[in-house]
Amino acid sequence: MIKAILIFNNHGKPRLIRFYQYFTEDMQQQIIRETFHLVSKRDDNVCNFLEGGSLIGGSDYKLIYRHYATLYFVFCVDSSESELGILDLIQVFVETLDKCFENVCELDLIFHMDKVHYILQEVVMGGMVLETNMNEIVAQVELQNRMEKSEAIQNLSPPYLCHLLHIATSSRSLRSSSSIHLNVPPAGLSTILTPTRHPQL
Amino acid sequence: MALKIVKGSIDRMFDKNLQDLVRGIRNHKEDEAKYISTCIDEIKQELKQDNIAVKANAVCKLTYLQMLGYDVSWAAFNIVEVMSSSKFTYKRIGYLAASQCFHESTDVIMLTTNQIRKDLSSPNQYDTGVALTGLSCFVTPDLARDLANDIMTLMSHTKPYIRKKAVLIMYKVFLKYPESLRPAFPRLKEKLEDPDPGVQSAAVNVICELARRNPKNYLSLAPLFFKLMTSSTNNWVLIKIIKLFGALTPLEPRLGKKLIEPLTNLIHSTSAMSLLYECVNTVIAVLISLSSGMPNHSASIQLCVQKLRILIEDSDQNLKYLGLLAMSKILKTHPKSVQSHKDLILQCLDDKDESIRLRALDLLYGMVSKKNLMEIVKKLMLHVDKAEGTTYRDELLTKIIDICSQSNYQYITNFEWYISILVELTRLEGTRHGHLIASQMLDVAIRVKAIRAFAVAQMATLLDNAHLLTGNMQRNGICEVSYAAAWICGEFSEHLENPMQTLEAMLRPKVATLPGHIQAVYVQNAAKLFATVLKNQEGNTDSTAAQETIQLMIERLPLFVQSANLEVQERASCILQLVKYIQKLQQKDVEVAEEVSALFAGELNPVAPKAQKKVPVPEGLDLDAWINEPPSESESEDEQPKAIFTKEETKHSRPRHIEVDEKELARRREARKQEQANNPFYIKASPSSQKVYQDTPGVEHIPVVQIDLSVPLKVPGLPMSDQYVKLEEERRQKERAEKKKKEKKKRKEKRSGRGKRHDSGPESEEDITPAHMVDIVTEEMPENALPSDDDDKDPNDPHKALDIDLDKPLADSEKLPVRSHRAVEAAKSPVEDGEAETAAPQQPKKKSGKDKRDDKKKDKDKERKKSKDEKKKKKHKHEEKEEDLLRGEVDEPVVQSEGISQVAELPTSTSAEVSDLDFWLSNAPVPSNAQEVATVVAAAEAEAPVAEVVSGAAQDSEPDEPKDTEMEETKSSKHKKKKQKKEKEEKEKKKKKRHHHHHRHSDGGGEKSVQNGTVEEEEEPLPSMSNYCLLAENSYIKMVYDIQGNLQDGSQVVVSIIFENKCDSFLKSMEFNVLDSLNSKLQRPEGSGPHDSLTVPFQLPPGVSNEARFVFTVQSIVMPQKLKGTLTFIVKNEESSTHEKLDFKLHFTCTSYLITTPCYSDAYAKLLESGDLKGSSLKLEGVNMPFHHLLARICFHHHFSVVERIDSCSSMYSRSIQGHHVCLLVKSSGQTVSIDAKCDEPTMLGNVLDEIKQTFSQC
Repeated sequence: MIKAILIFNNHGKPRLIRFYQYFTEDMQQQIIRETFHLVSKRDDNVCNFLEGGSLIGGSDYKLIYRHYATLYFVFCVDSSESELGILDLIQVFVETLDKCFENVCELDLIFHMDKVHYILQEVVMGGMVLETNMNEIVAQVELQNRMEKSEAIQNLSPPYLCHLLHIATSSRSLRSSSSIHLNVPPAGLSTILTPTRHPQL
Repeated sequence: MALKIVKGSIDRMFDKNLQDLVRGIRNHKEDEAKYISTCIDEIKQELKQDNIAVKANAVCKLTYLQMLGYDVSWAAFNIVEVMSSSKFTYKRIGYLAASQCFHESTDVIMLTTNQIRKDLSSPNQYDTGVALTGLSCFVTPDLARDLANDIMTLMSHTKPYIRKKAVLIMYKVFLKYPESLRPAFPRLKEKLEDPDPGVQSAAVNVICELARRNPKNYLSLAPLFFKLMTSSTNNWVLIKIIKLFGALTPLEPRLGKKLIEPLTNLIHSTSAMSLLYECVNTVIAVLISLSSGMPNHSASIQLCVQKLRILIEDSDQNLKYLGLLAMSKILKTHPKSVQSHKDLILQCLDDKDESIRLRALDLLYGMVSKKNLMEIVKKLMLHVDKAEGTTYRDELLTKIIDICSQSNYQYITNFEWYISILVELTRLEGTRHGHLIASQMLDVAIRVKAIRAFAVAQMATLLDNAHLLTGNMQRNGICEVSYAAAWICGEFSEHLENPMQTLEAMLRPKVATLPGHIQAVYVQNAAKLFATVLKNQEGNTDSTAAQETIQLMIERLPLFVQSANLEVQERASCILQLVKYIQKLQQKDVEVAEEVSALFAGELNPVAPKAQKKVPVPEGLDLDAWINEPPSESESEDEQPKAIFTKEETKHSRPRHIEVDEKELARRREARKQEQANNPFYIKASPSSQKVYQDTPGVEHIPVVQIDLSVPLKVPGLPMSDQYVKLEEERRQKERAEKKKKEKKKRKEKRSGRGKRHDSGPESEEDITPAHMVDIVTEEMPENALPSDDDDKDPNDPHKALDIDLDKPLADSEKLPVRSHRAVEAAKSPVEDGEAETAAPQQPKKKSGKDKRDDKKKDKDKERKKSKDEKKKKKHKHEEKEEDLLRGEVDEPVVQSEGISQVAELPTSTSAEVSDLDFWLSNAPVPSNAQEVATVVAAAEAEAPVAEVVSGAAQDSEPDEPKDTEMEETKSSKHKKKKQKKEKEEKEKKKKKRHHHHHRHSDGGGEKSVQNGTVEEEEEPLPSMSNYCLLAENSYIKMVYDIQGNLQDGSQVVVSIIFENKCDSFLKSMEFNVLDSLNSKLQRPEGSGPHDSLTVPFQLPPGVSNEARFVFTVQSIVMPQKLKGTLTFIVKNEESSTHEKLDFKLHFTCTSYLITTPCYSDAYAKLLESGDLKGSSLKLEGVNMPFHHLLARICFHHHFSVVERIDSCSSMYSRSIQGHHVCLLVKSSGQTVSIDAKCDEPTMLGNVLDEIKQTFSQC
């Protein structure tokens, strides 16, 4: 089971939080701070696993994270998940974001938190992995977006206008360190990406 | 209207959307909080508007603010409003917000039930998907109960997208509503073989998650998973399955044997590191579960260790970490294999990554031996010095102590060395683990008697230098060490060389800065020391020394008397008065030393940590009962401070027998001396250090400190553990040399005989003799302590509730609550009405019919279960009979209704499953390592049919069958299919049986394991029974029926009728009508008259049967009753259609109002004692059937449950739908059976007994 998914930047600012177990808002913020504290002091060349913090989970829980440019993607999982598998899953998630946002950068996550949530919902549901096939995820997300658009056009209702407004003020024009693209390096592991066919037993 | 929309849109243009909010927050970095609070005010305004778009926008912004830590629960109702929007765009926003901020105590969740149900059944798959996703985050027990059935239906949705979500969410439903697990499980199992890989993966995911918590209930799925493992190409699924097997193997070693081969192959073939790693992990689990009897055992271990070494040597830190993690699992059972990689692991200790260092430390724990302990600890001590962060250093410290103290100091050969290590550890700055070191010091000093002298000397130095060692003792935890030091010095003061000096050190003014509990120990032990000093000095003629000591005490103690700590104060003032009194006596030249030391006489024994907890409560003692009645409120308040005080006192004071008479004391001391004389320090190799007292008889009087004179010390008086390492090496070398000499001697002596036998190989564990012959005192445990250790179980674990036996057939009480038209009658919300209209106009009726059938099926399963259980037991003893039984069962009028079919199939496959598992497991090919993959393929193929049988119907059914558009045609075709399936199953079963026989003849060993655990009792099998009795029959149709009480409603009974088409024509428009009586009435849908007939919700093609359920309301249940009724139907064939009619009489027996209710014997006894029940009895003659058959019949036909059975006497219980208790006492002797019965309703009892009598007269 995945207990929580946290995305925050190099300064610990949350960009997306998704808890699959109830915590109060204060507790959630504390957990983010603690996790950031644990993760941020680690070099990039050390392993991506951490024995869980004191606030979230117990000995059974692990933090598995990846660091992309300005963002940390942290999954808090229990022992039923494969550590390397989750690393791959993070990779799949980020690559999916990259596809959906076309060269994703932190700004995309900042301004479209809701959309990131919708994408995540197609990957993980209720703490369990729903889909690991990137094409399938992207297809479902796009179908839903198309539906949203058709609803907007159908009755000329506000979202349509909103979309027009969006185009006028592109969020990317802001100059900030957070516009650095999350360069998504190819994953070194292969749980999901290249399923290997093993000899028939 | 149009204007309104336009106006709304324009309004909307000026509203902030999420992007504006985010931008705003970024532009107000200085006064973010203030800005956000104005935004929240705006949002509140927006939420008040009617326009749903505005509301949705507001809710979207709230979701963002929630992420920033703002509580948005105040908007919960608005979120529900947005959720219920008909537009997907807004619905999605609403569900997202709900999933982020709803939780179990959000009260508006209650309002969402109908909305969610509506969304779940929406024709738009994304509405359903969004609802499922949201629900997975905030499902509550209530929602789970109410929606379980809807979600279960979605598991067979046509769209894989919905199916996989529905499957996944079932896990959450199970957690919140454990009762749903058993009814839903068959379908979940079916999804393991779903054609869509995503759905399959989801099902594997859920079952793995369930099985991880309660593995034993899922053992029967092993063959199915095995099949999946060998066929799946999805690494993600493979990993899950392999992990699951890791959890299952400890329960079934035979499974492990079967697994090892494919797993090994997988390890060799896969390129995915994640899969490789999990395979290795599971192989390790298998090897752990197989204690012995594996020929290629060591080969597998070698393979694992070798692969792990590759991982550890990899440059990828993640692999390195996992390699170490897995290595530590091997370590537990095969330490030798890991020990050969010591170099690698020690290398990892130097890794820059702290996580990796910690894992390597874990490994060290298991790698130590007597031989290398000192070396390893030495290395760790170096790391301690180098370590930068305190956390890592603390971790090192605890590991050192763990390593040394493991399994009762098993690996320590030299305790002086260990004490030195502990003392060296005290020099660590800022460690939090002072108490750990302290407790080790205490433990060693108390339990290793031989080391006391040395320990005392060390502790005395420690006390002397306490101020030097740790600059600021207050701040860090290390001051705890002085607690131990003071106590050891005081308690074993007879070993002190210079007690006076230590006493002085303990009474320094600086001590007053220590924490209270430590000061208290100082004061108390100063008194002990004082007693020793006094005793030593009393022999002298010169009394000035004694006077000086007394003076010292009198001078220093007042400091402690003023302490703010009560404990310290009390002890200090007590001792001060005592000393003053002694002073008086001394001045009168009275000899007091003996008496003073008698104060502290007696040996303290170590007590095991959990000893107190383990004392069994004596029989008849109720710990919760009041000894005295509780005092009134005000009194208890007065008492509180007292309680606190006593509590604190007990923490430090120790029970002491102060008044021990002199004789006893002398005796004890003598015994102690004797004991210690028997355990003299025993040093072979380094006599130099301890030579001095080697030849002295008693240990007690020897000044101990002399021993380390030969050891150069860094801090005055403090030992250097390194020295011991050197000494130890020397000692061992010498020992070895001596041994060789001896052996040479021996060889010389025996040269003529066998020469080579005594060749000494490399030094083994046993060869190392400990430096001290130590007697490690075991900790005391109370007599007859309970051995079980159940302290670790968490009673709050939600998974405990899911520990449910899934192989048992379903009982009638286990059904998912479903909405039926009856339940809705009470309160029909407009939403629901609308839903019913839009979704499926004729759905409700059909659905309820289905549900009724569903219930029915479960009832039947339960009934069958009883006979089934018995059957299972002798499955292998009575193979031939079993075949008949199975056929009998199939002959039973079982009708499959769509959707629920697999529920009914569960029992059939279950009994098969248990034996199948045995068979499958015993059939393990166990090919040798050299065999090629090809043979494995063959083996897998050979197993395939078996696995198919197990999965039974699941495979044949087609999950893709369109559910929504169910037409009569599909249904009928389905029925046919079902029938075919039944036959197929039966055939397969027979085939399997042949297989069984074959197997028996060919393989004797296999037979044994087949029988293992399945044969329990030798009893004759039960004939198959059915509760269905004939209602009416003509040439077209046959009706059989059964009546069951409704547990939830005391005035309802459900009549299940199976209609069987006996002719070649199509039967349609069946209408069922009953002439109501005053007491019993058929329930008709709202709005229909009292004489209207009910339409049977299906048609019957030729040769098909189906079941319908009808609900009757009854008022009085004490009398049996008969109702007249008619069934009308149209017989339609190609040429003509005729109207036909069949009359019948429904017989409501009293038995049919009884519901099988389990009853515990104590509750049963209470019930009988209550005296409210009236008795009656019955005698049956000429019953010649086994007693258990008799009981089974009563249970089955009359809905009783057995409370207790002793030989041929049994008590039974049942309850009527209106709550009457019925108790039976059945005795059998020869052919006579007497039944004594009690019930609170005599008329009813009489009728029930009559019915029982009738049952037995028929057979």
